[in-house]
Amino acid sequence: MKNNNESIKISGAEAVIQSLLAEGVDLIYGYPGGAIMPIYDELYKFQEKLQHVLTRHEQGAAHAAQGYARTSGKVGVAMATSGPGATNLVTGIADAQIDSTPIVCITGQVASHLLGSDAFQEIDIIGISIPVTKWNYQITKASEVPSILAKAFYIAKSGRPGPVLIDITKDAQFEEFDFKYEHCKGIRSYKPVPDLNMESLKDAAEIINKAKKPMIVWGQGVILGRAEELLKEFIEHSGIPAVWTILGVSAIPTSHPLNKGMVGMHGNYGPNILTNECDVLIAIGMRFDDRVTGKLETYAKQAQIIHFEIDPAEINKNVYADVAVLGDCKISLKKIIPLINKDTYSSWIYRFDSLMEIENEKVIQNDLFPTKKGLTMGESIRTINKYTKGDAVIVTDVGQHQMVACRYTNFIKSKSNITSGGLGTMGFALPAAIGAKMGAPGRQVIAIIGDGGYQMTIQELGTIFQTKTAVKIVVLNNGFLGMVRQWQQMFFDKRYSSTEMVNPDFVKIAKGYYIDAEKVSERNDLDPAISRMLSSDKPYFLEICVEKEDNVFPMIPTGASVSDIRLS
Amino acid sequence: MNTKETYTISIYSEDNIGLLNRISAIFLKRHINIESFSTSLSEIENVFRFIIVVNMGSDQINKIILQIEKQVDVIKAYYHTDDETIFQESALYKVKSSSLFEERHIQNVIKKSHANIVTVSPDFFVIEKTGFRHETEDLRKKLVEYGLLQFVRSGRISVTKSKMEISEMLNTFNKK
Repeated sequence: MKNNNESIKISGAEAVIQSLLAEGVDLIYGYPGGAIMPIYDELYKFQEKLQHVLTRHEQGAAHAAQGYARTSGKVGVAMATSGPGATNLVTGIADAQIDSTPIVCITGQVASHLLGSDAFQEIDIIGISIPVTKWNYQITKASEVPSILAKAFYIAKSGRPGPVLIDITKDAQFEEFDFKYEHCKGIRSYKPVPDLNMESLKDAAEIINKAKKPMIVWGQGVILGRAEELLKEFIEHSGIPAVWTILGVSAIPTSHPLNKGMVGMHGNYGPNILTNECDVLIAIGMRFDDRVTGKLETYAKQAQIIHFEIDPAEINKNVYADVAVLGDCKISLKKIIPLINKDTYSSWIYRFDSLMEIENEKVIQNDLFPTKKGLTMGESIRTINKYTKGDAVIVTDVGQHQMVACRYTNFIKSKSNITSGGLGTMGFALPAAIGAKMGAPGRQVIAIIGDGGYQMTIQELGTIFQTKTAVKIVVLNNGFLGMVRQWQQMFFDKRYSSTEMVNPDFVKIAKGYYIDAEKVSERNDLDPAISRMLSSDKPYFLEICVEKEDNVFPMIPTGASVSDIRLS
Repeated sequence: MNTKETYTISIYSEDNIGLLNRISAIFLKRHINIESFSTSLSEIENVFRFIIVVNMGSDQINKIILQIEKQVDVIKAYYHTDDETIFQESALYKVKSSSLFEERHIQNVIKKSHANIVTVSPDFFVIEKTGFRHETEDLRKKLVEYGLLQFVRSGRISVTKSKMEISEMLNTFNKK
């Protein structure tokens, strides 16, 4: 296609490929099957322009598309056939919905005359995916392909990003029509970015300027809004201490003097306690998830809340905002900075530092520099930091290792922490790491996974091997579903119901896929093993056998107030 | 304490397959029962209007509206209390024809209720009544005595006393 406005007769299937190319897509993840074969036939013809990565399960395709989107900042694309192919995507779509990740999923569907007949591999994926998509649509005529795909990409990436699913009947893939592509520039019923109200911005500035103990809590919205530099400027200009939610972590370097750590269930001691002491809480691109707020009735009740947010539905959803600054944080931050007075807040910042000292003494030292025999997750992360110097993308799964990795990784660059936050999808990390590496091919990508989650999508080792994607896989093996076991220990009187895992020889499995692999269980072997792994330019698997019954602290028990955070 | 109240939700939307599911899913997710649901074309060409009646807390209704508006195909959503809207429901009553002749009193019932007879056949006749819930309900109770064969009541339809500025909104978009 030389000219997008020139129309030529092509099939619906080819139109899908042409539309993807017109959207700048050069990489997709997927798995073929009956109802999507015409599109795969076109992919074969276009393989030089559009790379297709065959994952080993459709869930892997969806997570890989997420990982790709999160490191590249572009829209990830996943494809699957009808029926089970489509339902297998659903977990990834749901994960993308709750974590605002822009992906477009394309599913094949039985021919339109068979819809509703319970045909082979027919499933109502439109109905199934409604609650977990930002938008979805079933194409039954080839002529709909270009405009609907243009809409799909526009919706996925604009405003608060999210997943879009497009289901295409097989007859629409075969049908020929005059193809013409136009990018979507707007939809009359959809306002992606609300207008910024200068009055609320001024109100916010006035409150911030009067504050004695202000605190910034930023989330992933800052990364999605590409406002990392402005956030840094805002923090430095105002002198206000800032803390992060798990999805926001890499937006500001870990070592920044005003970066005071993580809020939430396994966040840092100071940020959680001081949430209930600050006089102004400035939330930027975060949504007051229950894992962040703990008991809502006692969350920051003493503080005035200022909420910078792109999605109007998030305002007053969980926490009442005294001032809501709706809009794109890149614009609102830029406009508020000149209105903010500089301060040092020295005694207030001292509170953060002195609470960090307590946490350091009671928790962090033992995690990072253990004196007991067994290896800890914390020292594994510390050793990884030593070699990466913070310049790596850390992809984590869900559970204890996730909390430890996010707490202790030294980040220096944005878009470096890829994790399943809202949905808490075990099995996310391995496929997401494939996408993360392909979205940032020049960067070191390290997947840190527990022995439980690893086995949920372990088949993606096949994808890694086939595509020679040089991801580094670290399995922190404690032989337990560690987080559930921790809860059983703390709240269910140590009744370890179905949490102990009898694991296979992970090294042999990796080697079965011709991936270099090793296992360590002694402290002296840890550092050299991590060094070998990180200096390899190939995929590499490292199993680290850690203490079986270590717990993650600090911790806010479910339903407790953030200030009731426990250190043991 | 947050008490429950009846709200009429008005939604202006595009006419897309699946939107009905998407909107009802918002209520389902929050375990909120929908009292009535009706949809039709609105005053604007190609724009649909949903009227949903729910009984819920005042702190929840605003959140629900924002979740509905968040849907890509929804142009605008509003909620109103009963005194802010003009609303009606329609009901159809199918009664056996013999009662019309054998029980003369039924004619008074129909007349007093300002109901209309839609059709009469040798076996049955059909009465239509549009009004408030208590009016259609009163008539139902009375007709039961005369052998009510079928009864059906529509969802609420309503217009607001205040102006809806949907056309203006759409015009602003078109000018961009």
